[in-house]
Amino acid sequence: MLRFDKVTIRQGDFSLSADFTVPAGRIVALLGPSGAGKSTLIDTVAGFLAPDSGRILWQGTDITPLPPAARPVSVLFQDNNLFPHLSVAQNVGLGLRPDLRLSADQHAAVSAALHRVGLQDLERRKPAALSGGQRSRVALARMLLRARPVMLLDEPFAALGPALKADMLRLVAELADETGATVLMVTHDPGDARAIAQDTALVDGGRVAPPRDTGTLLADPPPALRAYLG
Amino acid sequence: MARRAQPLGAALPLGLAAGALVLALSLGTLGAVAWRAEGGTGLSPADWAAIRFSLLQAVLSAGLSCLLAIPVARALARRRFPGRGLLITLLGAPLILPVIVGVLGLLAVFGRNGMLSAVLDPFGLGPVNIYGLHGVVLAHVFFNLPMATRLILQGWLAIPSERFRLAAALGFGPGDVARRLERPMLREVLPGAFLVTFLICITSFAVVLTLGGGPRATTVELAIYHAFRFEFDLGRAALLSLVQFGLCAAAALLALGAALPTGFSGGLDRPLARWDADSSVLRLQDAAVLSLAAGFLMVPLMLVVVRGLPGLADLPPAVWQAAGRSVAVALASAVLCVGLALPIALAATRLGGARGAALQGTGMLAIAASPLVMGTGLFILLFPVANPVALALPVTALVNAAMSLPFALRALTPAVAEAARSHGRLADSLGLRGLARLRLVTLPRLRRPLGFVLGLAAALSMGDLGVIALFADPDQATLPLQLYALMGAYRMEQAAGAALLLLVLSLGLFWIFDRGGRVNAAL
Repeated sequence: MLRFDKVTIRQGDFSLSADFTVPAGRIVALLGPSGAGKSTLIDTVAGFLAPDSGRILWQGTDITPLPPAARPVSVLFQDNNLFPHLSVAQNVGLGLRPDLRLSADQHAAVSAALHRVGLQDLERRKPAALSGGQRSRVALARMLLRARPVMLLDEPFAALGPALKADMLRLVAELADETGATVLMVTHDPGDARAIAQDTALVDGGRVAPPRDTGTLLADPPPALRAYLG
Repeated sequence: MARRAQPLGAALPLGLAAGALVLALSLGTLGAVAWRAEGGTGLSPADWAAIRFSLLQAVLSAGLSCLLAIPVARALARRRFPGRGLLITLLGAPLILPVIVGVLGLLAVFGRNGMLSAVLDPFGLGPVNIYGLHGVVLAHVFFNLPMATRLILQGWLAIPSERFRLAAALGFGPGDVARRLERPMLREVLPGAFLVTFLICITSFAVVLTLGGGPRATTVELAIYHAFRFEFDLGRAALLSLVQFGLCAAAALLALGAALPTGFSGGLDRPLARWDADSSVLRLQDAAVLSLAAGFLMVPLMLVVVRGLPGLADLPPAVWQAAGRSVAVALASAVLCVGLALPIALAATRLGGARGAALQGTGMLAIAASPLVMGTGLFILLFPVANPVALALPVTALVNAAMSLPFALRALTPAVAEAARSHGRLADSLGLRGLARLRLVTLPRLRRPLGFVLGLAAALSMGDLGVIALFADPDQATLPLQLYALMGAYRMEQAAGAALLLLVLSLGLFWIFDRGGRVNAAL
């Protein structure tokens, strides 16, 4: 399980606190207005920001002192999830070995991962020659290969159309189910939460509320969420 | 305050080491010079004359360059015509044009046997004498007018086009536009352009070596060379080096924060509609200004090509050997320059804030250092342990690399910052570190600026006639030094051929590297 133990993060005047636990294997949506601190929380779990106090624990181990790559997490950013000068296969291969010196087995694993996300024929393409949805699939294939137990999604599909975004969310849910990964995903759209997240945590007013069952929460929103949903 | 959690990695110690080396090259050599300087005798009247001449020619050169650049930049800013982009590109060329080649081109136009003298001869005038203060200033304007034009043009294009639209809507005439929009911009841009040009002119060596000289036209830089090379007076050379450093440091402190030209920076092609300059008089005026400027810059270079072609066939073997040495020095200097600039840019970006700026500033120190001061200091430091003459070529490559460093940092640092901003977190999250990160992320992302920097450093080193003149004996001459020797011996046909060879090699080196950075660069 992923535990936020009295975590506070300050950035200038802004401060965010989180104190809750996410059971392993759950998909949790972080819902809230822009500027509320959703991405800040993701950055802190990913290791790009250090909390000012408190700890983040995975399966009882404090991961706060670890550098980003040593944490049990993989991240999908809002953009720039692929290196534009590397091919699709190279971008995916980075998930296995950062220096790209891959063995034959590892090359096969890259192909299998691309096959899994439906991009078997595009290994040699550069990201510029792909559609937005295909680029997301490449990043997901790399995530699949990295096989980290926690997946962090910082609205990577925000630029996609509704149908494509629904496809991607479904793919995320499938991959999480296959690998047993825990997912934290940022969204400002309650529809995304309803689509794949069992639990939803409201981020607002400098605090991340403990996650609650998505259906119950959205059916009877507390005042802050009601104000946000309008 | 939330901190960044990731470690700084190997870039930091490497960057600091590169910064320390640059510091040793600029300030360490100065320390060596100060240690050897003989303060007892003080500055002679000839030394004071050199100081006065240095300042006078630099003020005149920088002032004229900037003054003449204003109408050229204004014409480029408000006119659209075929070849405008090419002309702007050509304005970047003097940066990589070997000084001695430019001087030879100017001699072909303004020299005793030049075009101008030939035109004046039937009228019983001339021949023209190019040597002395006016010749030095003419050559400095030739080299710096283009750069000043680009700097001022940047200022013009930085005025938002909406302002000109508003001015047109309010019925502004050319005078109103000048008063309300252009003069305020010039007041901001001109001081920086003047100081940068002044700095270049006061450290200029090859121009004064070839067109100046004698008691009436000697700069401090040239006086150092004479004290060192002909009088073997290391103490006096060192004292003059201190004076020169003082002059440069004062100018550099003033220029701090002023725009340093990147030479080939893009973004000058933005179309801009102008309604205030539509009269035929202004159109003719701009056409005349641009033709004159283009002629002034192009004709000397065309003459270098035309006069050089016949001599190219029978160049003596010594010229070809010198060319080989020059290419080797240029390549070594380019690699050294990137080897210094890249770690400094990476470390400065990772450090960020005041500490990053301080590291970056260390790399910029070379802009205030004179190559001859650096060379004198290195000679003093090397003399007890090795034969400095035997090390002439490596020392030249190193000093040239240091002199190119400010341009390299100006080109690389923004690109490094951009790469870190767009893909730094992705690389961090994937655990890309050390050599793998360099190979897979940093170098591919920086291909274009790296190609540019390699080309620029190679071309600058290829054409440099400075520290090599201090050290080398004839067996080790580089191509510019060989060319200077041919000119001194009045072997003008061979000199013309060697000049064309030098021109082709300098521009060719730049073109190959810059091209290599662009071809197939998937960005």
